[in-house]
Amino acid sequence: MKSEVQDHADIRIIKLAGKITIGAGDVKLRELIREALDGGHSKILLDLAKVSAMDSSGIGEMVAAYTTVRKREGQLKLLNLSPKINDILQVTQLITVFDVFDDSQEAMASFA
Amino acid sequence: MCLICVPPGPSHLCGPAPHASVVYNTAPVVCPAPLTASLVLSSRFENIEVAERVLRDLCERAGCNEEDLRPLLSALWEALANAIRHGNRRQADRRVLVEYAVDDEAAVITVYDQGEGFDPDTVPDPTAPENLLRPSGRGIFFMKQLMDRVEFTSPPAGGTCVTMKRRLNSTVRSADNEE
Repeated sequence: MKSEVQDHADIRIIKLAGKITIGAGDVKLRELIREALDGGHSKILLDLAKVSAMDSSGIGEMVAAYTTVRKREGQLKLLNLSPKINDILQVTQLITVFDVFDDSQEAMASFA
Repeated sequence: MCLICVPPGPSHLCGPAPHASVVYNTAPVVCPAPLTASLVLSSRFENIEVAERVLRDLCERAGCNEEDLRPLLSALWEALANAIRHGNRRQADRRVLVEYAVDDEAAVITVYDQGEGFDPDTVPDPTAPENLLRPSGRGIFFMKQLMDRVEFTSPPAGGTCVTMKRRLNSTVRSADNEE
């Protein structure tokens, strides 16, 4: 999995690309979240536009990221779900947990 | 050329573990249905992609299209991730055996591990509201979503065996597959 980090004021946008799967992408996602929180960024937007695959470990890591950020009184939201990732969130009911956006400006404005 | 092998069963999990090995019988005989193969892997996550390549190869020979192949690959991935992480506890010297059978109607994938075994009925429903924020426990749920049938058994030799079956819509055996 590849990643690109952009900071817009106090919002960190993490653009992910490739596979978020067991043994590779899941660990990288955990590190990216820890780096953001340790760096004082508690408003995190995960851009999943270029994520090609996500397994149950990747989903689990995204849930873990959500709860970790919440415990630090931060917010984690999702941007640009592909149809495949959207299907995964629907079938797992996690679509009810995450705030999901298709537009980056709208997503950033939602961080109060 | 067809891929044939005698299903080795869990006894082939005995002995020193290779990094990965696949058994293809390429003897020039008339190819019976189904196309089959078996694969023995050491418990490393990177080996899952080896198992994917074998499945893709078999399915292509059977005439599966991507729509049929995609859920099979995802279910195989989840079964192997479970076998390596939860079954064999990532001990590389423990093996995972994968058996494949693909015919005109269905694909059947069986995965054996050398773990302590488990009761799949004890795995909580990950879609229940109280479990939504659990970071794990979705692998079997995905497998059941992707496949028509998923069965867990406990082989006499130990470990866990999961057998998954899915009907195929697209298989059209070409003349090449029957040579």
